[in-house]
Amino acid sequence: MDMPAKPKKKLGLKERYAVMTRGLGWEPSYQDIDDIFSMDSFEGIKIHDWDAWEDPFRLTMDSYWKYQAEKERKLYAIIDAFAQSNGHLTVSDPRYINTVKMFVNGFAPLEYMSHRGFAHIGRQFRGVGPRVACMMQSLDEMRHAQTQVHAISNYNKYYSGMENFRHHHDYLPYLQVPKSFFEDAATGGPFEFITAIGFSFEYVLTNLVFVPFISGAAYNGDMGAMTFGFSAQSDEARHMTLGLEVIKFMLEQDPDNVPIVQKWLNKWTWRGVRVLTLVAMMQDYMLPKRVMSWAEAWEIYFEENCGALFRDLERYGIVMPPCVEQVRKERDHLSHMAWCQFYQARGTSNFHVWLPSEEDMDWLSQKYPDTFDQYYRPRFEEWRRMEEAGTPFETTGINMQCQVCQIPMFFTEPGDPTRLAQHHCHHEGEQYHFCSQWCQEIFEDEPEKYIQSAIAGHDVFKGKAIRPEADPTAEDFNPAAEALAFWKLENGRDNGLHYGSQDERNFSMWRGLASSNS
Amino acid sequence: MPVNAVADYDFPANDREENFHGARVIYAGWDKHLMFSSPYAWPLPPDLPFAHFLAGPLAEAFGQHPDFAKIDWSQAIWTKNGEAFSPDLDKTIAENGLIHKDSLRFETPGLDGIGGQFI
Repeated sequence: MDMPAKPKKKLGLKERYAVMTRGLGWEPSYQDIDDIFSMDSFEGIKIHDWDAWEDPFRLTMDSYWKYQAEKERKLYAIIDAFAQSNGHLTVSDPRYINTVKMFVNGFAPLEYMSHRGFAHIGRQFRGVGPRVACMMQSLDEMRHAQTQVHAISNYNKYYSGMENFRHHHDYLPYLQVPKSFFEDAATGGPFEFITAIGFSFEYVLTNLVFVPFISGAAYNGDMGAMTFGFSAQSDEARHMTLGLEVIKFMLEQDPDNVPIVQKWLNKWTWRGVRVLTLVAMMQDYMLPKRVMSWAEAWEIYFEENCGALFRDLERYGIVMPPCVEQVRKERDHLSHMAWCQFYQARGTSNFHVWLPSEEDMDWLSQKYPDTFDQYYRPRFEEWRRMEEAGTPFETTGINMQCQVCQIPMFFTEPGDPTRLAQHHCHHEGEQYHFCSQWCQEIFEDEPEKYIQSAIAGHDVFKGKAIRPEADPTAEDFNPAAEALAFWKLENGRDNGLHYGSQDERNFSMWRGLASSNS
Repeated sequence: MPVNAVADYDFPANDREENFHGARVIYAGWDKHLMFSSPYAWPLPPDLPFAHFLAGPLAEAFGQHPDFAKIDWSQAIWTKNGEAFSPDLDKTIAENGLIHKDSLRFETPGLDGIGGQFI
């Protein structure tokens, strides 16, 4: 048989894209398509034409590998250089390292959960276009988790609070806030998950996360963290576009989808902002060299950018989530309330805290002229007096927590910063408490889900914070010490005050050795 | 509205009283004293006299505040889940009608935190 001598024509970009994305799908012949994709209809979202999906990126798998490999090479070269040149000693101030601890414990595991979530929905959507896009996002998220852990491992060699990040993410009380946020999303259906993570978190709120951490890293001389931020940035742009595309796709496919999408936007905007309380605090209190205040970031990234976005979605009948009114009222209080909480509950954290210095407080007064001096400065000054008197204020009590966001109930009434807010309801003979009207509404929409919340403080009371080898019936059994052991917190090393901590002392000693001969 | 789910969705509440080994969870917060960032929670035996709750767990949580020693408990104004509540200090948690996960708040007239600043 003669072989044709003429080589095959190379595919054009458009054909190549078609073959390598939608061309990968097929019509099933011996299985019902509803059995194969059994999860993309139960949420009530109606899709009439999956082919109407416009892929915003037209990225194929082969070019995906190529791009990512290139970025990876650059990133790891910098991470290696950081390690070899003792980059951890070039950061602005040892306090900065606590933001790195919060990042690897609170955020990197969320990237991994996001990887799992997108892998799941990349299997569940019956449209080939969104499936391929979700698969790529799933790979991105896994890569982000890995590169973050690798970049931060340079700090883990020298400082405490990072070596148990997986265990801490699963059990340490404050980390149950981000963890339960993601579990809530991942236990919704595929459309709710992508609205929660792809849209509300990645699109609406992502800049409020990235600016403080990545610009914060850059401002504070952390080349390693800054580089993974830049390495992730082009992926984030793709994720944001995917999130927006999915929202528009749902809204365009059927008018019945509009109220469902609106409900999710309301819920996940609020859930997202509640989780960002940690970021607001980091931005205003934990960065030795600050980028901008939380209030300023909110104005730029939410009010301006997202305001325009919601105006754009108005043509589909979507309105700004009503909770935004309360977020605006809390804007000038959020970070202060959170730092007050972390300062006093410092025994159960895996990073160190400190009181703001005079200079810090002057910056805070300037950024928060209507709230800081009136409500928060006097508290810090009182605690300063107590520290100086040798009786530093610390609480060992277990906080009451919100049933939905799981944050200790430290939020004040919107409009009355002197009174803590509490909301309450009954469901099937049990009672539940909430930090806000919005968390309560989320509960009341799906009480069957939130009655299962694992509230960290309650778990201690139930005896769940006990190692298998411990004997709670022993005469000398100390439940508080046992809880720390169960959480893998080394008391006095991993937790407590920054000044005088082992990390602070080591940093100063090593930096001295690096910059002098004695 | 019930949860939309792919299968039957019926799970027991995670924090039922029976899971607390005979104790019931009670919360309490001290109004106008924001040095304490939030109310606290305790697993209390239902037969604990209310006065013992005040002298024990509550004092341990709030006692570091200089106002605490000055409290006249006969003047304290209590609420339970937002409604007026008058505890009898000699009666127990159960006899005072407190049930699992009740949330108490108390105000101490004349004591408004350090410098009267709600700290």
